[in-house]
Amino acid sequence: MESTIVKAENYNSYFGDNHVVKDVNISINRNEVIAVMGPSGCGKTTFLRGINRMHELIQGATSKGKILLDGQNVYDMNPIYVRYKIGMVFQRPNPFPNLSIYENVVAGYMLNGLKLSKADKDVIVERSLTSAALWKEVKDSLHKKGTFLSGGQQQRLCIARAIAMQPDLILFDEPTSALDPISTSSVEQLFHELKKNYTLIIVTHNMQQAARVSDRTAFFYLGELVEFDDTKVMFTNPKDQRTQNYITGRFS
Amino acid sequence: MIFKGVIVFFAFLMTVPLIIILVYIIKQGIFQVNWHFLTGVPAPVGEPGGGIANALLGSFLMVLMAAVVAIPVGMAAGIYLSENPKTKLAYYSGLCVDILQGVPSIVVGIVVYFWIVKPLGTFSAISGSIALAIMMLPIVIRSTEQTLKLLPDSLKEAALSLGVPYHRVIMKVIIPCGFAGILSGITLSVARVIGETAPLLFTAFGNPYLSASITKPMESLPHLIFTYATSPYDDWHNLAWGASFILLMFVLLLNIITKLLTRKWKVQL
Repeated sequence: MESTIVKAENYNSYFGDNHVVKDVNISINRNEVIAVMGPSGCGKTTFLRGINRMHELIQGATSKGKILLDGQNVYDMNPIYVRYKIGMVFQRPNPFPNLSIYENVVAGYMLNGLKLSKADKDVIVERSLTSAALWKEVKDSLHKKGTFLSGGQQQRLCIARAIAMQPDLILFDEPTSALDPISTSSVEQLFHELKKNYTLIIVTHNMQQAARVSDRTAFFYLGELVEFDDTKVMFTNPKDQRTQNYITGRFS
Repeated sequence: MIFKGVIVFFAFLMTVPLIIILVYIIKQGIFQVNWHFLTGVPAPVGEPGGGIANALLGSFLMVLMAAVVAIPVGMAAGIYLSENPKTKLAYYSGLCVDILQGVPSIVVGIVVYFWIVKPLGTFSAISGSIALAIMMLPIVIRSTEQTLKLLPDSLKEAALSLGVPYHRVIMKVIIPCGFAGILSGITLSVARVIGETAPLLFTAFGNPYLSASITKPMESLPHLIFTYATSPYDDWHNLAWGASFILLMFVLLLNIITKLLTRKWKVQL
């Protein structure tokens, strides 16, 4: 009954001659929360950005291999469409500073030039903000600029903006690394809720976070996918020595 | 303590020339300005009165035409420079922009004279506009580039990750967010060229009659000031003072409006 949503086959990424992601094979199921962890520079973010083809936007960045989204290689699809189908939340909250909270949520539609009726927009805004656990806090100030919110609220606004597009998959690139502990816990709680409707891939620097929020965890080291297993197994009984060393803090 | 006193003194001292110029021109010019002055055309020598309507219209039309050319071209080039800073083209065109900014305005005038005025056989407003547009370009390009460079990459990534095509990201996100800075560059360039005399000497030339034909010679405020101030008649000197006052007020007003608008539209990042 578990169905695969994303599958990487011999996926490689490069920055110029620098080989940063090496031959990754991974298969991710629908409605799973996947944590991707590893030391700095291990290629985890680069791998994530390869999934929705954001990687190639950097000058000199290339990739090889396949990323299958519902069985279709994203590298055979129009990159605009791929990014439209896959949501992404970044390290630092980045709401559009020229738009209100309301407009930020429907930005994906507005900026793409899709016309929605006011009623449709209202529904999308309320539903997305509710799913992002932000509705109660901002429902009276929807037309204020998004940048007036606190960092944690801004990040939840960015999550609302991503889910407004009803993606199947949402990528999180260290979504809490710029947030304080209280905002972090509010975002983490949100992951549990989002799991019901979406598949989440979360890159994190923080092992405790990976242990808290994910069903399965992938460990990257020096560009390789070292181990990928149930989070419980990964943290209690890892098979690879390198994973063991990492989670016991022998290097970070 | 002494050092602080010295820098405060010089900071204050540098406002003095502007205040002196302002006071002097206002004193000389303000009494020349009346309805007839703004709507009439220059009177023949010996006749009292006379206005500067021909120069007002001429300056307005020529700067407008120059802006219509220079703003889109300058913004497009500025966007390219900020988006692709590492390319060879960006390096060389950036270099050209810097050099263009340093070209004396009279040289721009002479070049346009040989390019446009000579082949067409007549002085014309359009050639004046081209000279002014060349003067405006580097300012618009650099200010667009500098403004957009200050915007964080995360903004562009946010839009791209929503599946927004690149041209829409630029038009709907990057430009609106940098609008205040781009606008202040544009008004700065207008304020700069509206007072330019040298590039118009060989191009638009001047015209004592009210004319809106862009293929004919056209008067402009700075050129009118130049011809009247160097004339031997007191009446004309007074017209020149009045025109200087109008020009100065316009530039001041433009600067104040820019400050207000950029404050209003400034996007908080």
